[in-house]
Amino acid sequence: MSSTESPAADLSALIAAAKQKLDAQTYEIVQWHFHDSTGSPFWLEKKSELNFDPLTEVNVFDDLKKFPLFEDEWLRGGPIRRWVPKGLDGKPTYVFETGGTTGIPKSRMVIDDFRIDYEMFSKTLPDEYFPPGANWLMLGPSGPRRLRLAVEHLCQFRGGICFCIDLDPRWVVKLIKKGWMEHLEEYKKHCIDQALTVLSAGHDIKCMFATPKLLESLCTGLEEQGKSFADSGITGIFSGGTEFTPQWTRFCVEEFFGGPPAESGIYMTPTYGNTLMGLACSKPVTAEEDYKISYYAPQTRAATEVVDFDDHTQLVGYGETGRVKLTTLTKEFFVPGFLERDEGEREEPFETYPWDGVSGVRPFHGFASSTTVGVY
Amino acid sequence: MIEIPVIRWGKEYKSLEVKDVYHFSTGEPVAKVHYANGGIIKRDMRSAQKARTILRDIPISELIDRVAKAADYYENATLPIGDGMQTPEDFARQQSSTTGLPEHMCKGNMSKNSFVLRNMGKILDCLTRGLPLDVLSRGWGIEDRGVVVSYQAQSPVLGAVLPSNSPGVHTLWLPVIPLQLGLVLKPGPQEPWTPYRMMAAFIEAGIPKEVFCMYPGEAEPGAALLESCDRAMIFGGTPTVERYKGNPKVQAHGPGFSKILLADDVVDDWEQYVDIIAESIYINSGRGCINCSGVWASRHTKEIAAAVAERIGPIEAKEPDDPEAALAAFTVDGMAKAVWGMIENDLNEDGVTDMTAQYGDRLVEQERCAYLRPMVIHCESPEKEVAKKEYMFPFSTFVECPEEQMLAKIGPTLCGTVITNKPELIRAASDATHIDRLNVGPIPTSKLNWLQPHEGNIIDFLFRSRAYQVPEEMLATVS
Repeated sequence: MSSTESPAADLSALIAAAKQKLDAQTYEIVQWHFHDSTGSPFWLEKKSELNFDPLTEVNVFDDLKKFPLFEDEWLRGGPIRRWVPKGLDGKPTYVFETGGTTGIPKSRMVIDDFRIDYEMFSKTLPDEYFPPGANWLMLGPSGPRRLRLAVEHLCQFRGGICFCIDLDPRWVVKLIKKGWMEHLEEYKKHCIDQALTVLSAGHDIKCMFATPKLLESLCTGLEEQGKSFADSGITGIFSGGTEFTPQWTRFCVEEFFGGPPAESGIYMTPTYGNTLMGLACSKPVTAEEDYKISYYAPQTRAATEVVDFDDHTQLVGYGETGRVKLTTLTKEFFVPGFLERDEGEREEPFETYPWDGVSGVRPFHGFASSTTVGVY
Repeated sequence: MIEIPVIRWGKEYKSLEVKDVYHFSTGEPVAKVHYANGGIIKRDMRSAQKARTILRDIPISELIDRVAKAADYYENATLPIGDGMQTPEDFARQQSSTTGLPEHMCKGNMSKNSFVLRNMGKILDCLTRGLPLDVLSRGWGIEDRGVVVSYQAQSPVLGAVLPSNSPGVHTLWLPVIPLQLGLVLKPGPQEPWTPYRMMAAFIEAGIPKEVFCMYPGEAEPGAALLESCDRAMIFGGTPTVERYKGNPKVQAHGPGFSKILLADDVVDDWEQYVDIIAESIYINSGRGCINCSGVWASRHTKEIAAAVAERIGPIEAKEPDDPEAALAAFTVDGMAKAVWGMIENDLNEDGVTDMTAQYGDRLVEQERCAYLRPMVIHCESPEKEVAKKEYMFPFSTFVECPEEQMLAKIGPTLCGTVITNKPELIRAASDATHIDRLNVGPIPTSKLNWLQPHEGNIIDFLFRSRAYQVPEEMLATVS
């Protein structure tokens, strides 16, 4: 084997190994959720509706295509206990609700998943910019949200103490629907005021989570006080969502942070995820690559695929555009294929993440106009 | 293919978000347009005052002269646009190719814009009611009758969220530069052409480039612009108008629902008005808010409708470069069909008649676009659902309504042509606050007098009259 062939061969081996692990995880998780002694009432009941036996006919990841698509409407309303696997009965259980919906929210039960996901994510954060022991600011939604507790746990896991603000995304959605744009602006200011107050209070905060809109407003708020973002002392930021675009990243880096991390000392990393799955991380985002953002799911606990718009069982080619399909495979929660509200381009595996990724994530064109994104 | 950058106070900015703009009928990409993110706009607007400072260094009279020169450049010169150059012919072809408007109408709109630029001095004189223009520049001054007046600019710039489908609206923001305010535009996604060419013409005529911002994009930059400019215009549908109603920072321009009212004293002579009715409906492909979408009379409505239908019903969809083309294409996929569906639904109501039915199919679908041919619809009463509808093609209802009920029932009307000699009806129409522009007599709704305000006086929108007292010795310095 020549030296030039070696990396490719190594990558192929990594890809094969990752695939094998995913298949093994698939088998184990399906056995868990559909076995009478360990499965949740929801999936045990669902089993009777299936025209196949998941216990004997799902052996590898590809077999998950036998399931109908997961419908997030199933998560609306109770009883929440129907989602708790019998094998985990008696453990302290949280319920997390999805973002800015009104009416009966979609709920997901969680025991430890959010901790595990964010501890895995923690390993991807460079200590230089996210110093262990540093305190954090959570500039995002509060209330019954996974994100709120997850960020706090991430901070604690890294040895810090997390400061939070009050932010009710449901009120934000109502303001938008009512067309009360002035109130919306005031509410945003109210959130930023809370953050500016915390930052000015001598708590030595060095890291933060912020939604793109709030991060932008915070930077503006600091500049209105005659300060730069660097003056806040924050060196590490993680953010996320479809608004976290290459152009937005470049704008922040060039105009708010004062340059790339090596120059400004400020590092920002995007993430992609929701209450149903863990946290997909990005390849490092650099000016050299035009701030391209490519997400990779935390396999084997979750997987993302980019599938054909008309046939969700077919992957699109690398570099081609399709709908984002999520699969969650943990002992707490099983999602055998959920079509996200987003689309993007399929990305090649690489050494760090030897499985498929997705780039250019944006609202699915099929209903982009009816989806309210990035409301806070 | 031309690449059109974002412009930030005169400087080109290449975004990482670039969208192609396509030819509506061939599907070929015509231009690559760089999209601004909202944060850029909010950040840039923090230095908006600079634009006013720069322009205040140039006397208004000098700006008026430069703007008149810009008219010539706009109409006749080869000007830079993005990384390319553009002749007037290129402009008309490019604008037509992305908006669906026939080329000769694009040229017609060029003449309209140039006319406004050339006559800016006169227009400002009329809109300010003869105010010495240095009052606007200095903020205060003395009127001819010796009284101190003050007009305070309410914003250092005017922002405008422009539409894609009505290249005729640009005359509304043209007075801003000579009023010494910066110009911050979000061009419509399919119509970057007029804002960029106009900016190039202004710069060629000596207006400093640092007073212009161009932020192409979709909804996000539009919202950011409205949020960060203290005075802004937006063009949209009824929901947009409703949303910004009562907001002093935003002037929302929506559907016009312009109408012609034939009073009882003239309606028996209706034949003499068929020409102005037809012109009001179909000119500029019926796309403008000033196009007539309702003709109201107490009798003969069916005969009038039939006569107008005979005139405009046979108009066919033609190629955009055909000098005879009278219809603009619907370039957004499915829109013409959806509009046709709504009209078909309304036609099911009793007492509603399609007077253009005998002139062939109205919906003309082509591979990548569609046309709606002119429609004349008769309504037996104002209560019919379709009576007050307005669409983006030559479309008008002809509504039978007793004269004494007309003003109460016509609803909001941007241009109201009231044809009558009755003093009491003229007085009532003059008092009707739901009619914006009033034409008394046989004047097409589409005929604008540029010396008069349109949907509010831009001077009142941009400046506030207020008290201002100074010592006698200061008075001497300005008198």
